Amino acid sequence: MAAKKILKYVIFDIMRSRLIITYTLLLLVLSFGIIYLGRDITKATVSLLNIVLLIVPLVSIIFGTIHFYNSQKFIEMLLALPIKRSNIFWAEYLGLAVSLSIGFVIGTGIPLLAYGASVTGVYLLLTGIFLSFIFSGFAFLSAVINKDKAKGIGLSLMIWFYLSILFDGLVLMISLFFNDYPLENVILVLTALNPIDLARVMILLKLDISALMGYTGATFEQFFGSMMGTIFSIGFLLMWITLPALGALRLFNKKNF
Amino acid sequence: MNMKNNTVPEKVKIINKNSGEESNIISLYDTVEQAEPQNEIISIKGLKKSFDKNLILKGINVSFSKGTIAAVMGPNGSGKTTLLKCVLGLVRPEAGEITVNNINIKNNCEYRKFIGYMPQTPRFPENLKVKELIDMLKDVNGNECDYDEELLIKLNLQAIYNKPIGTLSAGTKQRVSGSLSFLFNREIIILDEPTAGLDPVSCEIMKEKIIKEKENGKLIIITSHIVSEVEALADRIVFLLEGNVHVNSTVDELKDRTDESNLNKAIAKIMVNHGS
Repeated sequence: MAAKKILKYVIFDIMRSRLIITYTLLLLVLSFGIIYLGRDITKATVSLLNIVLLIVPLVSIIFGTIHFYNSQKFIEMLLALPIKRSNIFWAEYLGLAVSLSIGFVIGTGIPLLAYGASVTGVYLLLTGIFLSFIFSGFAFLSAVINKDKAKGIGLSLMIWFYLSILFDGLVLMISLFFNDYPLENVILVLTALNPIDLARVMILLKLDISALMGYTGATFEQFFGSMMGTIFSIGFLLMWITLPALGALRLFNKKNF
Repeated sequence: MNMKNNTVPEKVKIINKNSGEESNIISLYDTVEQAEPQNEIISIKGLKKSFDKNLILKGINVSFSKGTIAAVMGPNGSGKTTLLKCVLGLVRPEAGEITVNNINIKNNCEYRKFIGYMPQTPRFPENLKVKELIDMLKDVNGNECDYDEELLIKLNLQAIYNKPIGTLSAGTKQRVSGSLSFLFNREIIILDEPTAGLDPVSCEIMKEKIIKEKENGKLIIITSHIVSEVEALADRIVFLLEGNVHVNSTVDELKDRTDESNLNKAIAKIMVNHGS
């Protein structure tokens, strides 16, 4: 009960912060711009996807980390109240993830709706929400691990950089080095290890142009077909939501404030 | 029901294991000792805590009773705040037992409904208004009705109810934080440097409130570096030095023991004696 009440005010607080408002406006402008310029809504969705996959994780993880450090003193005050630590954690985590998701859905959903997006558009929104939750979890994890704010933000940037940029390079390298071997299963497993790749695959399977997106997409299409692939990726995305958040919770429960 | 206790605030319980000094004090206050247990509200036994292999608290034994103002003093880094945070459950100790109202605080959060806390440097959600913050805390505490809004009124905080907290000055935040610690009429009030950063008027209001609540039978624990303030307020001084309770006595006893009429000098003497 107490957690729900805290959650309400955490969302109040975050939704009024300048960063979230800027984020929403930025997404609005970008989405309208891309859809307007692209004319064809499907193509526009693909372009939008690439931007969403880059911006949503970055903003979520950096804003989340900064937010945690800024709220630390307040969390300290909440912890002095007769409320369980885990409840305070969930209120803070959900407050952050839900606010980021609301910002994203407003910023991307309105343009997509205005131009009459298909099911793919809905999937795009769903992906963005998943990514907001996943990277909020990572944000709290790196903030709880590091007492020092600069180190925490550094670790968050590294996580983002690794998952957004480095990881794809590694996959590419592996497929180049070992291209004499059947790599389909390996690539499948590797994809499941990266939530951003999973999100990409999920959308591309819906768009029916998966072959265009290289090795991973093609393998997915071939092995699972559209339906199974979607279920597979949603399952792993859910895992990616829970793992960092639970890890952060464990450390939060032991933390000295 | 606490009236009887309020008349003799200077009673003490000595559990200091530091040196031979306390033995004569115990004999002096022998009779008081026996009356103690029913008043005892916080008891700390063998508390140990280290940060990065640095032992900050090396086995603290101390207890606090209702109707007193206790000042936790000590040089910077002596573990004052850590001690209080252990009581609040903010810091997880490595060893030792803390009971509040006879409840062992380990893996328990309910006991905190007895405690009001004012942190050293308060920070609240920047974009919430003062009113919303107060409403939220009331909400979270289950909307009991006997709020103590005296400080909110006296410190003139109702005038800023609709301002976002982010726009307030540090001193104003301190005033808000102080008022909040008294808002829920808790039996124990823990104030970490309550007057640091307050203007003289607010400072006086704060001190008056602290004394008033003591007379209502509450336990008030403060930390402070301002000796004159401690002298004016505190019944007891718990002096931490290098992770141990170095002194645990009333202000008058401390002066007697060190043959100094000035508390400042008395404290200086303790620290010098320890060094030699």
